[in-house]
Amino acid sequence: MLRDYFTLSFKNLKHRGIRSWLTLLGIFIGIAAVVALITLGNGLQAAVGAQFGVSSTEVITVQAGGLNSYGPPGSGAVVPLIVGDVEAIGKLSTVVRALRRNLPSGRLEFNDKVIFGSVMSMPDGEDREYAYDTLELEVEVGRLLKDGDNNKIMLGYNFYADKVGLEKAIKVGDKVSIQGGSSAQRDYEIIGIAKKKGSLVFDNVVYMNEKPLEDLMGYGDNVDLIVVQVKSEDLMDKTKEDIEKLLRKRRNVKEGEENFEVSTPDAMMATVNTVLNGVQAFIIIIASISIIVGAIGIVNTMTTSVLERRKEIGIMKAIGAKNEHIFMQFLVESGLMGLIGGAVGAMVGMIVGIVGTMGIGNFIGSNIPLAISWWLIIFSLIGSFVIGAVAGIAPAMQAAKQNPVDALRG
Amino acid sequence: MKKEDKTKNEIINLKTVSKYYNMGETIVKAVDGIDISIKEGDFVAIMGPSGSGKSTSMNLVGSLDMPTQGHIFLDGEDISELAESDLAQIRGKKIGFIFQNFNLIPNLTVKENVMLPMMFQGTDVYEREAVAEELLKKVDLGDRMDHYPNQISGGQMQRVAIARALANDPEVILADEPTGNLDTKTGEKVMEFLQQLNKEGKTIIMVTHEPELAEAYARKVYWLRDGKVEKVTHKRKGFKVVEEERDLIKKHKENSNKGKRGK
Repeated sequence: MLRDYFTLSFKNLKHRGIRSWLTLLGIFIGIAAVVALITLGNGLQAAVGAQFGVSSTEVITVQAGGLNSYGPPGSGAVVPLIVGDVEAIGKLSTVVRALRRNLPSGRLEFNDKVIFGSVMSMPDGEDREYAYDTLELEVEVGRLLKDGDNNKIMLGYNFYADKVGLEKAIKVGDKVSIQGGSSAQRDYEIIGIAKKKGSLVFDNVVYMNEKPLEDLMGYGDNVDLIVVQVKSEDLMDKTKEDIEKLLRKRRNVKEGEENFEVSTPDAMMATVNTVLNGVQAFIIIIASISIIVGAIGIVNTMTTSVLERRKEIGIMKAIGAKNEHIFMQFLVESGLMGLIGGAVGAMVGMIVGIVGTMGIGNFIGSNIPLAISWWLIIFSLIGSFVIGAVAGIAPAMQAAKQNPVDALRG
Repeated sequence: MKKEDKTKNEIINLKTVSKYYNMGETIVKAVDGIDISIKEGDFVAIMGPSGSGKSTSMNLVGSLDMPTQGHIFLDGEDISELAESDLAQIRGKKIGFIFQNFNLIPNLTVKENVMLPMMFQGTDVYEREAVAEELLKKVDLGDRMDHYPNQISGGQMQRVAIARALANDPEVILADEPTGNLDTKTGEKVMEFLQQLNKEGKTIIMVTHEPELAEAYARKVYWLRDGKVEKVTHKRKGFKVVEEERDLIKKHKENSNKGKRGK
């Protein structure tokens, strides 16, 4: 019997005019937005996450907090971190290693053009391997920096792609001149270009070994950023507390008045997720409004349809249709309308999600796994049928209670 | 459900049935205390000019409408005690309708139209198809099964309606002006089908304003006027209409023409 309602409904819907289909736009837009958003979810997270340049979950970063925290890490710090802090953190029992990182600004000259940017220090020895691993640093051309590369540098991808404003793509073997702080200007040979990371920091940075960078910039013992590798993920929170305790003591500040910041990837991702959730909430509100508008459209179309098909209702009653037959017929028809709007919406949303994810992947230069959720599809299809059916309840009741004699008169 | 003391083969019985309509301040007595008794296997015509209460009587006889007063017995059951929805089920099983303007569902094919009454009785789909095909062959439409109503002629549509009326194998076929929208020749063909069905044992009730039609086919004619049964005539042996009936026919013809002009 249920099958019959569906067969009949399909037949009736096939003969509906464009007016009926236009009322489905609301459902279509709503479902498309939700499906696209959820499919894009992975991509959005990956895109924002890529800005940190760090994929490992066992890394804690420490930086000095200052009045101005909008510049590069540590740049506005009143009391900078020092090498002693790095060593002290390195001695904590839950810590594998603590890396000193410096990210000073410099003036770079090439092709008679000058740009200002950041230079990132690369540690020596074993730490170097670790840094390459956690930063997922690989070369597009040339090679990575190694110990003893004193007059050599590696560049972020955007130098190679000529997106930094030098008006000429830099090749391996070219020489650039860098001037830092007040000290003299020096020439450096480019030995490699890093692969694209999709991060505005890492794609625009100059990588230089620690020693020559300190020589050039003259920042002495100051440290911009400490990268801490923790023994295991379970120890993240404990280690974070230990580092905070240690630094409070070393920097002589009270709890609650810290002039430094210890962050875990979880905390960073939490910030990202807060933003993403806000965006999602906004889109879901818009989608909900669309769906409500769509549902009202279905109520309207179905009511019109009941009036237009009064005679048909009369005929059906004359040949034996009970009230519940008529009710079910209109209810299923209404549900099917919703379902069709939802199905087209889910399909379009899916395409937008897939294309969007690929677009983001292309932008940040890595493959983002597609988050195609069949549950989402099934849920949105069932959901749109239910929305349609609910919208059809009142018109279907109106249809069912028609008096056969009056209805037959048309 | 109250069982009526009935003669064994009485299929529809209207006992002093009235139907009043409330039109604002005036009450229109569309049907005013009529008695109609239809026996199994009979061919009955309900005759009358427009405004005679013919359509209302048809609705009451076909149990599409409930009387204001009186009782209607369908196969011994008092239908005035039933809910409209339950009545639909019984109506669908016991009465097959044929309408003047065919009343096929335009979105369904010929075959699907014939299958529809069986769907409401819960017949399974394979049986529905088999029965519909058989019935359509019977009305010479075996080659039009997958056509839509707007792709076939009026006469063909009325034959589809006949097939549909027969779908649940009802005891009664109720035809409301079955030839009203057809030319004489196709009308005759439709009437032949009805006559054939009557010979096969179906009870036929035909509502018409054409005395010739009643004269030619019905064995019992109810003549209605102003909501009342004016006269009941029976066809004599040898299917000859007696003189008295001829006068009635003539009178009704004039009335019916008057009624038509009045519209």
